Amino acid sequence: MNKQNPREVYGRTLVELGKENPRIVVLEADLGKSTMTCYFEAAFPDRFFEMGIAEANMTSFAAGLSLAGKIPFTNSFAVFAAGRAYDQIRQGICIPGLNVKIVGSSAGLSDYGDGSTHQAVEDIAIMRAIPNMTVLVPADGIETRKMTRAMAAHHGPVYMRLNRDDLPDLFPQDRAFEIGKPYLIREGGDMVVFACGLMVSRAVDAAAALSSQGVSLRVVDVSSLKPVDEAGLKAMAEGMRGIITAEEHSLIGGLGSLIAGVFRGAGIPQRTIGIDDRFGQSARNYDELLAAYGLDSGHITAAALELAG
Amino acid sequence: MERKGIEDLERIARKIRLHIVRMMGVGQKGHLGGSCSMADVVTALYFAKMKHRPADPGWEGRDRFLLSKGHAALVQYAALAECGYFPLEELENVKALGSIMQGHPDMKSTPGVEANTGSLGQGLSIACGLAAGLRLDRSRSRVYCIVGDGEIAEGQIWEAAMAAARYKLDRLTAILDRNGIQATGPIAERFDTGPLAEKWRAFGWHVLEIDGHDLSAILDALDKTEEVVGQPQMIIAHTVKGCGVSFAENTAAFHNSMLDAAQFEKACRELGGGQDD
Repeated sequence: MNKQNPREVYGRTLVELGKENPRIVVLEADLGKSTMTCYFEAAFPDRFFEMGIAEANMTSFAAGLSLAGKIPFTNSFAVFAAGRAYDQIRQGICIPGLNVKIVGSSAGLSDYGDGSTHQAVEDIAIMRAIPNMTVLVPADGIETRKMTRAMAAHHGPVYMRLNRDDLPDLFPQDRAFEIGKPYLIREGGDMVVFACGLMVSRAVDAAAALSSQGVSLRVVDVSSLKPVDEAGLKAMAEGMRGIITAEEHSLIGGLGSLIAGVFRGAGIPQRTIGIDDRFGQSARNYDELLAAYGLDSGHITAAALELAG
Repeated sequence: MERKGIEDLERIARKIRLHIVRMMGVGQKGHLGGSCSMADVVTALYFAKMKHRPADPGWEGRDRFLLSKGHAALVQYAALAECGYFPLEELENVKALGSIMQGHPDMKSTPGVEANTGSLGQGLSIACGLAAGLRLDRSRSRVYCIVGDGEIAEGQIWEAAMAAARYKLDRLTAILDRNGIQATGPIAERFDTGPLAEKWRAFGWHVLEIDGHDLSAILDALDKTEEVVGQPQMIIAHTVKGCGVSFAENTAAFHNSMLDAAQFEKACRELGGGQDD
């Protein structure tokens, strides 16, 4: 299966957008060779702002650029984009609903070597809790490109969380992406996995493994964590014997919490796969780290078999 | 707009202070001290210096004013109403539920307010981004931003200071309200943010120092900033916290507190309330 790096796709898509729309501007906090805003810098030096290692100022500066009619994209690792600049996002951007796009790169455990300081396990929870914010997590490179374009076209603050690692292509190339919609990735009839980001691919692997054991797993990509299409999610769970959520994020305030809220009282058994209330840590290998936190297809398979009884 | 004479401006500044006191009212907390210290600078900007159209707040060619020390919102509301952005009577509703005037500046609520400020340290960064964005469009508009001398303890101020110099934002003018008093006492004793001129110069700014209650000096300084090329400008305005209300001058007691009935009457009297307003 073809794999793409979401950061690479994002960086190239910014250049596409920059060609189409002179209002697109990009801000960076000295991580441009990792967030891949370096492509935009090379193509449009006048519309690229190196802000130094100063995420708070970068974020408020972006608010000012939006007041001048620009469409700014701020960039850093997710821990800093959503954490260090939280107050700047809340006060200056989300209260007035300014048109600022915040991109948190190397999210989840994907910056495996750098350890807990650089691994955002709570960024979705923080961003979801702010009124007026839109929160997006693409499952692969194809969706990253469509989502980046949708962010630019949407008026208002948006947070997008990107994985550092290559991800297999799953999102149909010919399918339009619309903010707020859940997307069916693999059809199945017994139970449904609601997943986001990297865990969508792990759910697809689990579905393949389960088919030989007589369990048919539907995989849904919930790439819009906010706003949430409750009716769409409920339709995806119609007739299912169980619901599994899978996210590379704390179980507090992320996709598991969201789905539990939507299906409260629905009487469908649920299992949540995510990070218990703890920080990440360093590892030499991403898959090894994911497995240590229970974020692999094996845990999804086990949850499905448990629900199948 | 023909520039008003100094005497006219002094009269307006006194009215602005009277509006501030009336917005405070009796028995309601409000930021009297830091609003009154900026009354003259705000008057000079809105009534003499800035290009703006109160009947058309979104006019593209306008100069922008951001109050980074957003807790002094009363002084901006008084100026906006006095200019005609909204009726003066509206000032009575400040901070009431559903009012167009929030406790801190809110661009979605108040005509003439350009940004949401008041989480201290952020307004100057927003002003920098706005100046950079206007320059991309080759706009001639200037951006004015008032920061507090207590506020500049926020690290983000110095991030913004570096960014403004890095991007040579020469249509950005900041005014520092050097009233010397923060919420809990004199800045020199509580958390000294000086030496000011040296710091701002070291950060790459063109620095001027003035008496922030001398309208001629304020206008001269604002004119001089327009001659500066390739550098943002900082006007350090030496002011008196609570200026114009005798018992509130040079004290932290009226940073954010209420007036009783006797204080309210005295303040109104001192500001000539009832004479010509």
